Amino acid sequence: MQSAFQNGTPIVALNHAEKHFGAVRALDGVSLSIAPGECIGLVGHNGAGKSTLVNLINGGLAPTGGSVTFPASGESRALSAGVRSVFQELSLCPNLSVAENLRISHSDLKGAGWRKKARAEIIQSLDAVFPDHGIGADTSVDRLTIAERQMVEIAIGFAPRGRDARLVILDEPTSSLDAGIAQQLLAHIRQFCADGGAVIFISHMMGEIFDVASNIIVMKDGKIVANKPTSQFSRASLVEAMGHVGVKNSKAAVRRQASDFGEEVLKSKDGLTARRGEIIGLAGLAGHGQAEALARLYFSNTSSWRMGKASNMVFVAGDRGRDGVLPLWSILRNMTVSILPQTARRGLVDRDAEKRTAADWKTRIGIRTDDVDNPILSLSGGNQQKVLFARALASHASIIIMDDPMRGVDVGTKQDVYDMIQTEAATGRTFLWYSTETEEVCQCDRVFVFRDGKISAELTGDDITEDRILEASFEMQEASA
Amino acid sequence: MIRLFATHRILLPVVSLAVLLAATFYMQPRAMSYFGVNLLFNLAVPIALATVAQMMIIMVNDIDLSLGAFVSLVACVTATFLHDTPVLGVAILAGLIVAYAGIGALIHRFDLPAIVVTLGMSFVWGGLAVMILPSPGGAAPTWLRSLMTVKPPLLPMAVVAAILIAGLTHLLIMRSGIGTVLRGVGGNATSVVRAGWPVLRLKAGAYGLAGFFGVLSGMALVGLTTAADANIALRYTLLSIAGVILGGGEFVGGRVSAVGAVIGALTLALAASFLSFMRLSPDWQIGAQGAILILVLTARLIFTRRDKEQS
Repeated sequence: MQSAFQNGTPIVALNHAEKHFGAVRALDGVSLSIAPGECIGLVGHNGAGKSTLVNLINGGLAPTGGSVTFPASGESRALSAGVRSVFQELSLCPNLSVAENLRISHSDLKGAGWRKKARAEIIQSLDAVFPDHGIGADTSVDRLTIAERQMVEIAIGFAPRGRDARLVILDEPTSSLDAGIAQQLLAHIRQFCADGGAVIFISHMMGEIFDVASNIIVMKDGKIVANKPTSQFSRASLVEAMGHVGVKNSKAAVRRQASDFGEEVLKSKDGLTARRGEIIGLAGLAGHGQAEALARLYFSNTSSWRMGKASNMVFVAGDRGRDGVLPLWSILRNMTVSILPQTARRGLVDRDAEKRTAADWKTRIGIRTDDVDNPILSLSGGNQQKVLFARALASHASIIIMDDPMRGVDVGTKQDVYDMIQTEAATGRTFLWYSTETEEVCQCDRVFVFRDGKISAELTGDDITEDRILEASFEMQEASA
Repeated sequence: MIRLFATHRILLPVVSLAVLLAATFYMQPRAMSYFGVNLLFNLAVPIALATVAQMMIIMVNDIDLSLGAFVSLVACVTATFLHDTPVLGVAILAGLIVAYAGIGALIHRFDLPAIVVTLGMSFVWGGLAVMILPSPGGAAPTWLRSLMTVKPPLLPMAVVAAILIAGLTHLLIMRSGIGTVLRGVGGNATSVVRAGWPVLRLKAGAYGLAGFFGVLSGMALVGLTTAADANIALRYTLLSIAGVILGGGEFVGGRVSAVGAVIGALTLALAASFLSFMRLSPDWQIGAQGAILILVLTARLIFTRRDKEQS
């Protein structure tokens, strides 16, 4: 279907585009051009650089090195070059109506009759992509279901908006659509590409990728590792191409057996179970319900009123700024806030006990600072995270929940923390560990893989391999099933 | 019925005002006249304008704690400079609007909490007002006085003014393209940025509009009272916030209603008169006003909750 346009001038061309965030190379010299008629399936594991690539193309980020150009239109801005993005997280204004939301992204709708034009345009676009959608143009978006909102967002992406859409980037567009509606979308994408448009399609549903993509681009560690026509991939070879992130850790430690653990200490409604002394991994693509499952588990075991009795669980936050550090406090206070009730005497803080604990954990976990009374923000990200670990481990809690704690942490710190976790687990503490890095999950004793908010696989022992985790993270059945 | 009230948020403020008005007329039938209605509502006109000003700020997810002081300052400028040296007076008022827009830009640019900035500004405005008019006094410009005491046929001035304010701001905020984008900033600023809008300018614009309506409010107030005082409108800050919320608006998410805000202001003004007619001791009036506010908000909460449960 793409041959007729294949020789056209590319809509977007990236030439050795790079993007660095500090020392992190999110995108490491990517060259790519997308011609009219192409439908690119973009796949890769967490942190492979998919969203950075998308953000360079749609102008959300400026490249650190190299160039992003739009030869077909000659424009310099992505928006005026007809590049549209439909984001995974919903980006409509919920307080506005469907037609008004079109107005937000269509600044040329002006004059007295703009409402009428907006209504006609959005309904036409909805009709084209999703026949029988049943959505009214004047309905306020907050009264639509999640699926309907996603449909509106996709329709706005494909709507003419003054100049025709040339390249539409769809990031997990089908995540909240049912199979029938998703098929309508895939059919529209095929038609759109046949008419000379181009699409970048990101999905965790392998069936859909194979169904609709003319080319598949595989990303890994900020680079494109494969860019071939879909026909040259099989499911197995695609998983193979995505896999093997970083250096293969030689697993020196012998895997512990089920008999090494104690009794079951935890069982959640989602199906998560954990035994005493076990390290449980939560894997899968980011945003598939792992963090939510952990938060549910934690909050169902704690109370906003009572203290003490229920707190056999502690939580190590990964998003340090949002729910980890107390930025105005010293390192010591950040570390000991979890043990205050245990050490307090007659309701007053026991400063000596605080100091002892802080000094003890400073050496045990290796926090690099001269003085624990320094402000927490004087530490590097990795050391701040160590403080959060110390806060959790210093408590008496037997279950430690970790929500992607290694985010933005350097390799040295990671190794320190891995060792710490192993030692603590050996003393009978249980760890629930959500990580976006497969390498970390592979160190766990048992792994639950999440997909679409549910557990899609439970792996144990030698089954915990990157390939098996990838397989379970991606939907392998045909999308049309 | 629950669905009806939940989908059309404007219904509840309308019903509240109608019920309160009916009760007032029942208690005091003589109020049901051209003169009586004007007396009931004429002090609601500056409150309605201040409420619309507050709505502009709440629309972009901020809150303005300086509005009462600002309206007082405008009243002082109107009763002195605008009366004595009209050109200078107009220039000062225009400068105040620009200053408001500048504060909006500052709040957005440096990501400052609006509640703190405007609280600080309220002392600046209050100080300026005291400097201009250390003791109550001044005089309303004659044209302003005659504008506020005009007797249009059929409907009293207060009602005509309320309808005009509601209609024009509805056009500006709910119907126009730029108003839609402004409400979009309150709803989901990220998506507005992604669509390529200059949010800094939009936010400055919203604050500028608030300044504009704040100026109108102060002028209308002087036109009615014929004199000014540095503390004349301090209670407008809370009245305007209450008016926006009473009119179906919400503190976050860009959910505001221009017509609702005006109706909310009228309801608040009417509540005071109603309580006087009930011969309630003035000591209890503020508390009773609060009770009315809580009653209406409770009704709204019940409607939206029930609607969510049903769907």
